[in-house]
Amino acid sequence: MDVMPKWAEVILVPLISLVLAAILSAVVILGIGEDPIAAVEIMVNGALGSTYGWGYTLYYATNFIFTGLAVAVAFHARMFNIGGEGQGMLGGLGVALVCLYVPWPHWTIALVAACAGAALFGAAWAAIPAYLQAKRGSHIVITTIMFNFIAAAVLNYVLVNLMRPAGSMDPATERFPAAVHLPTLHELLLPLGINFSKSAPANVTLLVAVLACVAVWALIWRTRLGFGLRAYGHSETGALYAGISPVRIIMISMLISGGLAGLMAVNSTMGEAERLVLNATEGAGFIGIAVALMGRSHPFGVFLAAILFGFLYQGGAELALWTKIPRELIVVIQALVILFTGALDNMVRMPLERLFLRMRKG
Amino acid sequence: MTAKANTERRDPAVPAIELKGISKSFGPVQANKDISIRVMPGTIHGIIGENGAGKSTLMSILYGFYRADKGEIFINGQKTEIPDSQAAIAAGIGMVFQHFKLVENFTVLENIILGAEDGGLLGPSLSKARKSLIELEKEYGLKVDPDAVIEEIGVGKQQRVEILKALYRQAEILILDEPTGVLTPAEADQLFRILGRLREEGKTIILITHKLREIMEITDTVSVMRRGEMTATVKTSETNPEQLAELMVGRKVLLRVDKQPAKVGKPILEIENLRVIDETGVERVKGIDLTVRAGEILGIAGVAGNGQSELLEVLGGMRPATGTIRINGQPLILEGTGSDGQSRRAQGIAHVPEDRQREGLIMDFHAWENVAFGYHHDAKYQANGLFMNNAALRADTEAKMKKFDVRPPDPWLAAKNFSGGNQQKIVVAREIERNPDLLLVGQPTRGVDIGAIEFIHNEIVALRDEGKAILLVSVELDEIFSLADRIAVMFDGQIMGERMPDATDEKELGLLMAGVAGEAA
Amino acid sequence: MDFLTIIQVLDSTIRLSTPLLLACLAGLFSERAGIFDIGLEGKMLAAAFFSAAIAAVTGSVWLGLLAGTVASLVLSGLHGLASITFRGNQLISGVAINFLAAGMTVLVAQDWFQQGGRTPSLIGGGRFSPLTLPFAEALRDVPLLGPIYYELISGHSILVYVAFLCVPATWWVLYRTRFGLRLRAVGENPAAVDTAGVSVVGMRYAAVAICGLLCGIAGAYLATALQAGFVKDMTAGRGYIALAALIFAKWRPWQSMGACLLFGLLQAVALRYQNIQLGDFVIPVQVMDALPYILTVVILAGFVGKAIPPRAGGEPYVKER
Repeated sequence: MDVMPKWAEVILVPLISLVLAAILSAVVILGIGEDPIAAVEIMVNGALGSTYGWGYTLYYATNFIFTGLAVAVAFHARMFNIGGEGQGMLGGLGVALVCLYVPWPHWTIALVAACAGAALFGAAWAAIPAYLQAKRGSHIVITTIMFNFIAAAVLNYVLVNLMRPAGSMDPATERFPAAVHLPTLHELLLPLGINFSKSAPANVTLLVAVLACVAVWALIWRTRLGFGLRAYGHSETGALYAGISPVRIIMISMLISGGLAGLMAVNSTMGEAERLVLNATEGAGFIGIAVALMGRSHPFGVFLAAILFGFLYQGGAELALWTKIPRELIVVIQALVILFTGALDNMVRMPLERLFLRMRKG
Repeated sequence: MTAKANTERRDPAVPAIELKGISKSFGPVQANKDISIRVMPGTIHGIIGENGAGKSTLMSILYGFYRADKGEIFINGQKTEIPDSQAAIAAGIGMVFQHFKLVENFTVLENIILGAEDGGLLGPSLSKARKSLIELEKEYGLKVDPDAVIEEIGVGKQQRVEILKALYRQAEILILDEPTGVLTPAEADQLFRILGRLREEGKTIILITHKLREIMEITDTVSVMRRGEMTATVKTSETNPEQLAELMVGRKVLLRVDKQPAKVGKPILEIENLRVIDETGVERVKGIDLTVRAGEILGIAGVAGNGQSELLEVLGGMRPATGTIRINGQPLILEGTGSDGQSRRAQGIAHVPEDRQREGLIMDFHAWENVAFGYHHDAKYQANGLFMNNAALRADTEAKMKKFDVRPPDPWLAAKNFSGGNQQKIVVAREIERNPDLLLVGQPTRGVDIGAIEFIHNEIVALRDEGKAILLVSVELDEIFSLADRIAVMFDGQIMGERMPDATDEKELGLLMAGVAGEAA
Repeated sequence: MDFLTIIQVLDSTIRLSTPLLLACLAGLFSERAGIFDIGLEGKMLAAAFFSAAIAAVTGSVWLGLLAGTVASLVLSGLHGLASITFRGNQLISGVAINFLAAGMTVLVAQDWFQQGGRTPSLIGGGRFSPLTLPFAEALRDVPLLGPIYYELISGHSILVYVAFLCVPATWWVLYRTRFGLRLRAVGENPAAVDTAGVSVVGMRYAAVAICGLLCGIAGAYLATALQAGFVKDMTAGRGYIALAALIFAKWRPWQSMGACLLFGLLQAVALRYQNIQLGDFVIPVQVMDALPYILTVVILAGFVGKAIPPRAGGEPYVKER
């Protein structure tokens, strides 16, 4: 029998993990001589106190939805894709090629094409580690990590030697044409009479991200492919018995995962920077791990966790601006979230299970 | 309590082991309820009960592998705390687990000294163990090559290593958990001779089994467990198998399946010269020929690990092979595309696999998802080209649960939360309800309670009576005898011979299972 | 390429192999006991920072080494807590540790030194200085062997010699001692160890602690011997490369040394030929940067073939069902 009711499993456990991570983060802030309560105030004000703050929070959240979904889809097939960072970088390359070398008449068509390009490049970058895992048994965790390093080198080469405009010292492409400019939330909401901040980067890609959540949910829980994917994730021998091909599942799950990670570039490269720069992913690929773990690999959970991390990211930037707390605080919080919601899951779960057992008995 | 205490002369009136009021729960499941038992020194004490009755749990507590929630343990009359196996070993207890606890890529010698080394360096320990191994061999006739690597010797030898491990640690009390499950009847006899010799030397032996025959054959006293409780302890000479069976199950048991003679039709499954080479390059099936006809149950008998599992896996599309297999005259593809489980299902083969927890079910899936497992591409489970029709699937599950009396009949319960018998009923319901031409059945009643065994056996016979072909693989000779219309015995990847159930007996099959060919083979 | 260049590249190979080798042996102890550790990177990074920081503050490289080792051991303890005591996912725990180290080192560095996440450059006693082996000076001018002894064998910091001595030591511990027998057993079948009356938890914590110790030395070497101070993310994937070397070596000590020397050679070549043009053909600097990672993938894909990890590796030991 399941010891815990479902609500405790889905809400209570992640919530306690989150509180633990928050407490330790506060200790860290105290340790470097700052006031955690003041820090939270700055973060809340900076990230949620204005449409400007919300614009950044949602912009970051859009990235994290994509990378979180990427990790989550792979998790369902028991693949640990740490390569979101590299797949996102390559996705950026896909977006840049689509935006720079095709004269698009309207942003809507460009958006569709850019999504295709980003997903294609991201998926291609995941395809090699996936193939090596499926056919040669090379551990996907290590190969995807290696591919992050290789992706950085590839992007560096492409930007410095191939796509850099003549005369520019900056390792970045030229600006994308105005026709592929994606409407920001400001532009989208103005016709509705809402005056959203003009300078915040959140854009129409947020809607694509929400769509992606719905699509992933349907894929995992409503399709034959999702059924096979989850079955394989739970039991490899079971999948073999049922005639579900491991090679096929590994390849497809990783291609979808890589494609989703690649899609984040539509937001960051096309929506915000409007040109491809080095390190366009800014660690979002890694944050996807924390987001997927916190969201329990469920698209809705991923959505909520992505908003939370969007808030942390924007709040962290504000902290770095107004206090002497560096942005790396976010990396620490991210580590703590992964630790408590992922690795130390049982630390929270075991006492809770005992508690529920005692309550049931009486 | 120290090891020294065991070497003192014991009072034969004081129990070697006495357990008082032992209780143990795993989460919400209570495996042992207030159990008390006395085991007298120098005897073989049997503990019998159905699968899941709590026998292994009780003995694991005695060996310090699990900790009891409540209760006391007395060894030779002294109250003893056994928090871990270290303490059990010190108290003179040794245990041979059902699944051996050996390090597969270590040698026999390394396994024997593990945890009982003398000093920090291995050299002296190894040579000391080598010497005492020779003595133990002389004393009890337990012969093994000390330098053989465990994964390269047979299970019978591995079991000896386990016994030697216990004796090397000077165990006076030896617990054996289902020791004959992996042995041929001849090997089992040999084991019992060794146990008899150990009893003569004054050792105390506890034998856990679910086989009544073994209890009657070798034990002095027998305790019966049912659903976590100890229901009786009797002298073996004062009881009989029927009484024990009733004590085990709690009601009168029909030990044979009632069935009409088979009405055999045309061949459904034809196998010619089938060969299987496994991932490590070992030939597991060595060119076998078999035919199963409509309306008959062909039972494959044999000790586990002689190629039966591989045969089932090839037929179920889980493993490549060479040779010819025809179903209804149509050849099956045996390698690459078209040889997977989906293709097999499309060709009218259903498969109740040997290991329902690792193969037949996804333990974390809901019951309704498990009912579609393997058949999730079926048209009737689809809403449209894109999505599955989960509502139809749940309705189907409810119908199957009702028909097969699955308890509780809740489609939303995860497979892991059903009892072994009900899990197996879900698998059997799923496979039989496909109305297949050929049903593959592996160990259908392993870990299943007697009530469910009767139900499942009757369903299999009913399918046979509908004129379907059934290939049954079981290591339980009793099951083979009660179900099969024809028996083939496998040994070392080959068919040693075929017999009709009414024209053979356990002794003859036992010889075939041990690789001794009969005259007609 | 002349003789001296070869010697210099090989000399640099030894220096670059050292942190890989220490980390690789660290991983060997942990994984042979059944605890997968992709947190080698993070432990090295933490050790690099704390060793450099303490060495900078106290001026003593030995205190630095101690501090670095302690930092690494703390992270090891965390990994043990997650994967042994609380039976968590070992990969996820490793990932968390890597991020924790990446974030905390910069955070603390900024708080202590305000130099953008670095430590001050180490000078004098704050660094491990090269040891000149006996007779190195005297033999320097002997043809062939002289330069090999003087340039290649002599003149490294003490940690280099420690690292290479760890190889036979590891072999001996693993295959000739009771501890080694139990360690290998616990990685193959913990239930066998448990029923033999030996604590699985104890053995695994011991293995994880040795792993922390060696990672600590590796990190300290990076910041206080190979380089003179800590910079952000200075491990640059070495922990992962060490893991690849470990797989390549199939979890065996001598082969680990071979694999690490190979990867070290690769890094040495990449370092030396950064901007060098070979005839008409220019190898882009990015290719050289990526080469160790590419080679890792190639090795994982091709040459390893059937690298069978310790059978109980990555799985927490759960006794009760």
